[in-house]
Amino acid sequence: MPVYILKRVAYAVPVALAVSMICFLLVHLAPGDPLSLVLPADANQTTIDATKAKYGLDQPLPAQYFLWLTNVVSGDFGTSIATGRPVVSEIANALTYSLLLALIASVLGLVVGTLLGTVAGYWNGTAIDKIASAVAISGVSLPHYWLGIVLVVIFSVNLNWLPAMGAGESWSAERLKFMVLPAITLAAMPAGIITRSVRALVADTLGKEFVTALEARGLTQTQIFLHVVKNAAPTAIAVIGVQLGYLMAGSILVETVFSWPGTGLLLNTAILQRDIPLLQGTILVLALIFVALNLLVDIVQPMFDPRMKRG
Amino acid sequence: MSAFTAREPLLSVRDLTVGFKTDRGPITALDRISFDLGRGEVLGLIGESGSGKSVTMRALLRILPQKRTTISGSILMEGRDVLALKRRELASYRGNDVAMIFQEPSLAFDPVFTVGRQIAETVVRHKQCSWDAAYARALEMLELVRIPSAKSRLDNYPHEMSGGMRQRAMIALALACSPKLLLADEPTTALDATVQIQVILLLRELQKELGMATIFVTHDVGVAAEISDRVAVMYAGRIVEMGSAADVLKSPAHPYARGLLSSTIHGAMAGERVEAIPGMPPDLANMPSGCAFSPRCAMAMPECRNVIPAPASVGAGRSAACIRVGSVAA
Repeated sequence: MPVYILKRVAYAVPVALAVSMICFLLVHLAPGDPLSLVLPADANQTTIDATKAKYGLDQPLPAQYFLWLTNVVSGDFGTSIATGRPVVSEIANALTYSLLLALIASVLGLVVGTLLGTVAGYWNGTAIDKIASAVAISGVSLPHYWLGIVLVVIFSVNLNWLPAMGAGESWSAERLKFMVLPAITLAAMPAGIITRSVRALVADTLGKEFVTALEARGLTQTQIFLHVVKNAAPTAIAVIGVQLGYLMAGSILVETVFSWPGTGLLLNTAILQRDIPLLQGTILVLALIFVALNLLVDIVQPMFDPRMKRG
Repeated sequence: MSAFTAREPLLSVRDLTVGFKTDRGPITALDRISFDLGRGEVLGLIGESGSGKSVTMRALLRILPQKRTTISGSILMEGRDVLALKRRELASYRGNDVAMIFQEPSLAFDPVFTVGRQIAETVVRHKQCSWDAAYARALEMLELVRIPSAKSRLDNYPHEMSGGMRQRAMIALALACSPKLLLADEPTTALDATVQIQVILLLRELQKELGMATIFVTHDVGVAAEISDRVAVMYAGRIVEMGSAADVLKSPAHPYARGLLSSTIHGAMAGERVEAIPGMPPDLANMPSGCAFSPRCAMAMPECRNVIPAPASVGAGRSAACIRVGSVAA
């Protein structure tokens, strides 16, 4: 097992490097001049050159990437062009908010998705299955921002139960109220996708010969259920891991709708302001979280299915 | 529930009929099967693919897909009506009174639990003992089926074993709760030829040693002759001939049984031409009228198309379902 984990970690390193390169390139390939926002429109060439040199933008791209990478590895993500504050502290602050929101949304999506999926898979083809599948499809197809706005209209505007936007004044139980609507909005899609995958997995596993063999041994329905769960778990974990990764990064629209001060909102601001260091840093951190989640999935899967250790 | 006496057979099947709903309409997979099985007796069930051998086995354990299956007739195991068992009683009956060895051990084991755990789990379920005792039993069983270094094999996952070893482990699992009846559904079909013989010899030895009644499904007449006291020949969901293995295999009465025997390598002498039965087994969704074998039968008469022949006695403990019975037997 330790050898297997070390191997998986070693595989993750080149992936992380490639991710960093893509992050860097994407931002630099996008059109637009980042300096146009910082400098006055009538700035003279000397000022422009000086500012370029200050941010290292006068160097060739590979040199810029290398410089940025060495800095990033040592924990220095540069300074935000727009606010002048270090990118690290901007991201750290936003990440706290996003992680908390993502955590609650994940738990919600995971619990709802697994429950609905298992029930639908077990009662494959019945009315329960049809209802669960309809709920799942709604969750997958309703656009985030639309669902968010509808929830706000119902629960904030009409019923006045929950706040519509923001994150409250301080870290207290009061803040949970602000998280309810964004968390539900965010959880809708992963809940739907997890439901559909788990449903297919459970139905597929139940159709396997070994389940008949377990019945032929006289095991109880509960015992057979445990066998089904352990068989379906590795694939379910892979789907869930990917969904949670999307959840971290895919919260841009939701955080914008609810003005939740997380990485999504930060990313949105950085894009609109062409704040390259902030943009690069945020994308990289989100991408690395994705890589880390996948690594975690790789490590957890063989605990359920020993055949996976060989691959 | 009727009192069970030692003189009654262990298993008594009467007019067992199994129908499936399929996309192409309902089919009758088993048509009024009747047979008895005594304690410790070995019955060989022979026939081509699709003749209903496996369906018979699965019906005895009631593990056919519930939604698509209709079962009628009666299955009495020690006088208890298996078809009337409630869910709980059924779960205690399966694996404990009657155990099954599946055709494909690689599909019949749960791939994500160790073999030892799967045997122990079944023992704990039926014998209400501790897990330690159950693992001890699992080890004892693996040794009984002669798996080398059985102790370390307990912790093997099914994919870590060879095909032959997996089937031995499957036998160990089936016998772990000392069932009174063992169902072996083509237990060697998925194995290499050399391993097949080992597994069959092992099964025969274990049967003699432990004395459980056994139904052995095979399409291999040689294997059936090797292991069975009695044989039943199935065709298109019906039993066409039944009797002691020696009688039936030496001088089959039913034309299909004769064809089946002469079409196997075992039946033919060296240098002799192996005779194949002309035609194909009938489509169960589109059965011929009368005797299902009549379209392929060299001895068919016009009358064969009109009546489904009932099993008729052809000597002591022998029956055949053919209207020409008696005139056919040489």
